[in-house]
Amino acid sequence: MAAPLTLLLLVAVTVRAALFRSSLSELISERVEVVSPLTAWKRVIEGLALLDLGVSPYSGDVFHETPLTIYLFHFLVDYAEVTFMLADVITAVALYMAVKDYNKQVFRKQKFALEADRYPLDCLELIRSPKEMYYIPLKVAMFYLLNPFTILSCVAKSTCGLNNAIIALFILSTIKGNVLLSAIFLSLATYQSIYPLTLCAPALLYLMQRQYIPVNFRRASFWWFIVQYAFMYLGSLFVIICLSFFLLGSWDYLPSVYGFILSVPDLTPNIGLFWYFFAEMFEHFRLFFLCVFQINVFFYTIPLSIKLKEHPVFLIFMQLAVISIFKSYPTVGDISLYMAFLPVWSHLHRFLRNIFLVSCVLLACSALFPVLWHLWIYAGSANSNFYYAITLLFNVAQILLVSDYFYAFLRREHHLTYGLYLKRKDGSEATLVLK
Amino acid sequence: MGLLSDPNRRRALISLLTRLNTPICIVCYMAGVAWFMGLAFEPFTLRTYMSENAMGSTMVEERFPAGERALATGREFSAHKKRTGGMPVEWLMKTMQAKGLEVFTQRFSRTLPFPDENKERYMVRGTNVYGILRAPRAPRTEALVLSAPCSPGDNNNQAVGLLLGLAEYFRNQIYWAKDIIFLVNEHDLIGMQAWLEGYHHTNTTGTFCHSRGGSIQAALSLELSSDIITSLDLVLEGLNGQLPNLDLANLFYAFCQKIGVLCTIQGKLQRNDWDSVSGYSHAVQTMMLMVMKQASGRPWGDHGLFLRYHIEAATIKGVNSFRQYKTDATTIGRLLEGMYRKLNNLLERLHQSYFFYLMPSLSHFVSIGYYMPAFGLLAVILLLRALDLWVQLSTPPQRTEDGVTDIEPVRGVLSLLTPLVISHLTGVALYMLPIRFQEMAVEHFPVSETEAVVLTAIAVYTAGLALPHNTHRLLSGEGTEQGWRVLKLVAVLYLAVLLGCTALINFSLGFILALTLVPVAAFVTPHVPKVLSAFILVILSPACTLLFSVFFFQELQEMPISFQDGWLLFLSVISQGILDHSLYGSLVYPLITLLVYPCWLLFWNILFWN
Repeated sequence: MAAPLTLLLLVAVTVRAALFRSSLSELISERVEVVSPLTAWKRVIEGLALLDLGVSPYSGDVFHETPLTIYLFHFLVDYAEVTFMLADVITAVALYMAVKDYNKQVFRKQKFALEADRYPLDCLELIRSPKEMYYIPLKVAMFYLLNPFTILSCVAKSTCGLNNAIIALFILSTIKGNVLLSAIFLSLATYQSIYPLTLCAPALLYLMQRQYIPVNFRRASFWWFIVQYAFMYLGSLFVIICLSFFLLGSWDYLPSVYGFILSVPDLTPNIGLFWYFFAEMFEHFRLFFLCVFQINVFFYTIPLSIKLKEHPVFLIFMQLAVISIFKSYPTVGDISLYMAFLPVWSHLHRFLRNIFLVSCVLLACSALFPVLWHLWIYAGSANSNFYYAITLLFNVAQILLVSDYFYAFLRREHHLTYGLYLKRKDGSEATLVLK
Repeated sequence: MGLLSDPNRRRALISLLTRLNTPICIVCYMAGVAWFMGLAFEPFTLRTYMSENAMGSTMVEERFPAGERALATGREFSAHKKRTGGMPVEWLMKTMQAKGLEVFTQRFSRTLPFPDENKERYMVRGTNVYGILRAPRAPRTEALVLSAPCSPGDNNNQAVGLLLGLAEYFRNQIYWAKDIIFLVNEHDLIGMQAWLEGYHHTNTTGTFCHSRGGSIQAALSLELSSDIITSLDLVLEGLNGQLPNLDLANLFYAFCQKIGVLCTIQGKLQRNDWDSVSGYSHAVQTMMLMVMKQASGRPWGDHGLFLRYHIEAATIKGVNSFRQYKTDATTIGRLLEGMYRKLNNLLERLHQSYFFYLMPSLSHFVSIGYYMPAFGLLAVILLLRALDLWVQLSTPPQRTEDGVTDIEPVRGVLSLLTPLVISHLTGVALYMLPIRFQEMAVEHFPVSETEAVVLTAIAVYTAGLALPHNTHRLLSGEGTEQGWRVLKLVAVLYLAVLLGCTALINFSLGFILALTLVPVAAFVTPHVPKVLSAFILVILSPACTLLFSVFFFQELQEMPISFQDGWLLFLSVISQGILDHSLYGSLVYPLITLLVYPCWLLFWNILFWN
């Protein structure tokens, strides 16, 4: 399997290197779909310039990266292209290894269940074979590396690629069962963009499952594990934050990075839901809706973790999707991370209902973004409503996609316990309805 | 959501759509065409009305007296033009200065990628002369432009004369709140482009305008070639099918009504007998002319490039035909004075009215909400076809052996990728080669440069038909049923997205392409009779569409031509398209060569799948 992966990496790097050299890269790095005020490379350059002049990079309202990022690029600014390509490669390889490990576990679990005769007889069609699972890790890497969204994001030098790499490393260390590394990478990811905080729920569930600790509020071992993890997580977060403080010598970065993420002062159009809503809103409702919108990202953690507590990896996928849909400054780079997981759930295809509709809408929307932007900004004949309509449609399609996968996952689990061909009480064929 | 989540109803809906797919598609196509033809029917259209408050309710009085003197200046200009054999820069500067304007010149030079045979130019050098009348009443942050092209021969002398006359008159008025820029541009659009780039400091060729006024709010370009005219024609279509705000057309129409000048659009007078057959066909002709002009994506007057800078602009052409009704220069001067006074009242850019519209006559228009369904009905055919293919693909095929299934995906991707890549490479060749190879072609064949470019384009286009349809067989053996279905699904969705985006930017182009390409996309399979379908496919290919459009356009203008002339016109249209792309950045040529043609090749490929 190493040879195809190497080939894939080579192809991906070649495509990126070619695009970096072409005139397109300048165009791409200006696109609002690809870069947000948080991740734009232009702003990193500005921050670096300020830093070199001995001014705090957070003075003014341009730079919103974390101090560690700017110090990283302080040394690597001449090798920025290589850094971003490397970040993509790391993400892909981490996801590849993580999924490979995960598939092994899934297969082992399935084998035990089969041996224990836990599946109903007519469910044999649903049992996964090693043959179909063999190519999944490679497909995951391919979905990440060759996804046009990732390529655009990398060519634009959006720092979203780095965040994705950290999250991918977090997923890898979690799946490998390394508690300390998992906590460290999670705190790094949180430090970078707050929202990955919600990933601690699936991580905890997964690690407990791996160490055979039951998820039971009355057990001491359960609480002891949570305390351990929280200690490691908070400890490393504390270290990182203090390190940032000592690097810059001030707390300027806290309001400028996290305040910026949470209070959404920059209403540049992007593919998210915030900008139009907050641009149109009366000022005195702003705080209220800000809370509503931000809680929205975090809130789904609770119901999803209750429903999916047996399947933490699927929960990770769901959480990543929720974050990338509802976060305040989403870019296509965020989407590409959760889309990389789609091949892992390829066995759910027979239960998906709207996949055709959703993929058509996603495709059409991706093409319409630049067209409507052109009509609005350059031709002046359309207006922001046109662009927002597409944004809305794009997000609805994403939500439909994710809920479709969620439904399909639950349905498969249902069939695995109750049998594939369900009968009603009167013996006619029953259908499952989601209500 | 009941429809989407209830599996029984979903199944019923999908089976209905797949069972009745062909009839529904045919009905949709008919309905789309009928809807489009219905747009010109007057009860279905809206009357134009002035949306902009600043221009609507205020009254202005037109007092321009000096039409005769303006014509005399025009004659003087003509004499000087003849003497210098081009733009009489010195004389113009002196005259404008004498009228009290701040006068500046801008030199520009441009080399065309290949000689333009229609206008006989290759290395273009010229000078723009413009005079700025500074606004006495306001801080000079905004400006209006009146331009007249300095054309070769005896054309447009009167326009320049009137421009100078108006400048003199405007100078003596005190109510101007915006700078007014009087521009005489040489070499029509090339000069205009140089001036606009210079004015906005987006110049790539290096000549900046020395002095600027405020940001330009609106512009009119004047074309006038006789002392007395019978009617005024309004030209709206700009680069890439962009149109100015409808209020500009309303303004023109309102003043023509007020002053009593005959006004036309597309050279067609308005008729009142909408309920008769001839009246309706007249409206259809007018609208179709607009559609054809918009679809061509080229600027149809000197105003065309202003639109790119968010400046609402139109060209006003004086027409002298054999009508009884005559209008003199004083009246035209008064009309322009009135329009500029109203534009002078603007508080913000024109934005109240529509930007997307079609005009079956000057007093009626069709807005985007009315014409988009016509396109939507055509586009929905593609989606229905895609759905049908998806259902066919997702119903599990009868299983033969276990070994077949796992090689299939890899081979499927390969057999899908090769036609996609090859057809797009052909498209790139079609885009690049004509200009690259002109020298070589001129060396080896007895043709001129322009002919070389056009003939290379046609050669590459035709060669593309022979190229791609054999590749998948070499790669993966026999083409499978599954294979062409996947390819067709991709091609149909590709076409749908492509046409949708095109129709948003330039409705007319999108609609015309949809009209010819949608039937192709709907019916092509490897199982239809080969020769006949290939013939239909070629007839409906983008190049043939262009050829028919040329004849149709001539027919609409009531200037039918023979096949021989039509063919020559077709060749010159192609060369003009390439020139428009490389000179002004018109998008039609790259769109057709890089996207539409490869997409059409995919359908060609499907036909010859086995």
